[in-house]
Amino acid sequence: MSEKQTVDALTKFTLSRHKDRPGVRDYVSHIFTDVLELHGDRSFGDDPAMYTAIARLEGIPVTVIGHVKGHTVQANIASNFGMAHPEGYRKAMRQMKQAEKFGRPIITFVDTPGADCGVGAEERGQGLAIAENLRDMMGLRVPIISTVIGEGGSGGALGIACANRVLMLENATYSVISPRGFASILWKDPTREKEAAQTLRMTADDLLALGIIDEVIPEPEGGAHLDHIAAADVLKVNILKNLSDLLEKDKEMIYNERYEKFRKMGQYKIIE
Amino acid sequence: MSELFKDLFKKAQYITIPDSIKNLPDSKKKSKEEVSSEPKIVCTKCKKEVAPDKYAVALRVCPHCGAHARLNARDRIAMTVDEGSFEELFSEITSANPLEFEGYTEKVEKLRSQTRLNEAVVTGRARIHGEACMLAVMDSTFMMASMGSAVGEKLTRLFEAATVERLPVVIFTASGGARMHEGTLSLMQMAKVSAAVGLHSDAGLLYITVLCDPTTGGVVASFAMLGDVILSEPKALIGFAGRRVIEGTIGKKLPEDFQSAEFQLEHGFVDAIVPRAELPEKIALIIGLSKGGEAR
Repeated sequence: MSEKQTVDALTKFTLSRHKDRPGVRDYVSHIFTDVLELHGDRSFGDDPAMYTAIARLEGIPVTVIGHVKGHTVQANIASNFGMAHPEGYRKAMRQMKQAEKFGRPIITFVDTPGADCGVGAEERGQGLAIAENLRDMMGLRVPIISTVIGEGGSGGALGIACANRVLMLENATYSVISPRGFASILWKDPTREKEAAQTLRMTADDLLALGIIDEVIPEPEGGAHLDHIAAADVLKVNILKNLSDLLEKDKEMIYNERYEKFRKMGQYKIIE
Repeated sequence: MSELFKDLFKKAQYITIPDSIKNLPDSKKKSKEEVSSEPKIVCTKCKKEVAPDKYAVALRVCPHCGAHARLNARDRIAMTVDEGSFEELFSEITSANPLEFEGYTEKVEKLRSQTRLNEAVVTGRARIHGEACMLAVMDSTFMMASMGSAVGEKLTRLFEAATVERLPVVIFTASGGARMHEGTLSLMQMAKVSAAVGLHSDAGLLYITVLCDPTTGGVVASFAMLGDVILSEPKALIGFAGRRVIEGTIGKKLPEDFQSAEFQLEHGFVDAIVPRAELPEKIALIIGLSKGGEAR
C-alpha cells in the first residue's frame, strides 16, 4: 500500500506499456479452457490487432475479445502494436452479437494505445466502426465484463469496453488521450508529460474515484510483468466473482444496469 | 421550389451579419471593432471578397467557390427551423471542472458571456418545414464544440425525451472531438450518448445527422456516424483522426480532399451531400418518409 502511493501516474503509464506485461493471449491461456480463436469480420478481412475466441470459464461458455500486443518488436509489428483497424472492431462486434445469440457472457481485455490512425482506417470508417460498437455493446442482453489490462487508449479502448463491469489492473491506465498528446494540445509543451499524466487522472485508483471503473485488481509485487501466472490467477478470481453475480440477473436487468451505469457518468453544473 | 427559396430568403434577413463575420476562422486575429468597421467578407476557402448582404442571402455560402462557412448555433437554427418554432431545452446545463484543470472554469465562463451560450451544443424542440423534431446544433465557436460531460448530458437527455415523445432527432454536428479538459469523463460521454441513440433507434424512431465542417474525433466515433440518414454539407471536413496525426503516422502529406464530405460519400459513409439552402426541405422529406417505425 505504501508503495502504491509513491508510484506516480506517468510511471504507471510506462508500466502499463511494459513489453513483458501479460497480454490477452497470456491471460486467455491461464484463465480459460477449450479455447477456439475465431477470425475475420466477414466483410474486409481479419485484423491481427483484435483477438476473438469462444472458450469456457470454469465450465461456462463465454466469448473472449481483446486487443493484441506483442512482447517483441516483430510480434508488435504483426499485431500493429494493438491498434485495431475498423475490421477489428467489426470482428469484435460480430462475435459479440453471436455471443448474445447463444447466451454467452462476453469477457474483454483492453490493451491498446488507441485505434489505428492511418489512411486505410479512415477509408474503411474507423469512426463508424467504433460508434457502432458503442451503441451495440450498450444494447446487448448478455453480461459483459471488461478488464483494462494495460493501456486503455481512448475510443479504441472504449470500443470493446462498454461493459456491465469494468475492472482495471492496478498499474493499467485508461484515458481520452496520452499524457504527451494532452500536454502538446493543452499546454503546447509535450515535455510536461508527467504533470499531464497526473492531471488526466488516468490511473485505476483515480478512475475508481471518478466512477468510471468498478474495481481495481491488485497485481503481483512490482507489476504483472514479473509474474504472469500470479496476475492471471487474481484476475480470474475477480472475473468469476463478477460473472457469477451477473448470471443471477435476467436479460433486461443486464441491459438496464449497463445503461444506467454509463448514464450516470459525467460531472456538469446546473445554472440559473 | 420557388416557395422554399422565398421562405429561406426571408429568414436570411434575420441573420445578424457582424456576429457571423466574427466567427469566420480567417478573421480570428482581428478585433471586433476592426471587423465591424470593415464591410467586406473574404471567403476562407478561395480568399475572394463577397459583399456582406449577398453573403447573408446566400446563407454564408461563397458565391465564387461554394464553400459553406461555419455557422454558430443561433444562425443555424434561424436558417433551419420554422420561424418561432424553436423551444430550447436543457439550457441550464453547463460544464463543471471535474479534473480541476487550471483555467478551464474561467475559459467556459468567458465563452458563456462571449457566445451567450451555456454550452457547445444547443438542444430543443423544433419544426422543420412543418415536421416536429428534437434538434441539436453544435457550435464550434464554443471550444470547438468539443464534447465534455455537459454536451454529453444534453444530447442524452434529448434522445431520451425524443424517445418518450416519439419524435425524430436531427443533429447538426461540428466538433473537434472529446473535450480533453475533462479527461476520461469526456470519453465516457461517447458511450453514454451512443447508448441513448440505441434506445431511441430501438423504439423505431428516426435519427438524422447533418455533418458540418468540421466533424472529427470522438464525435465521429460516436453519435455523428449513427444517424439512420447521414447528410453532409459540401466540402465539410469529416474524419476520425486529425490530419496531422495521420500525416505523422504515414510520414507523408495527405491529398487536399482527404476526409472531405465528398471523400466520405465516395467511401460509403455519407448518404448525401446537400447544399445548405436545401437542407430544411430534405430533412422534412426524410422525416415524412420515415414514420412507420415500431419498437423492436
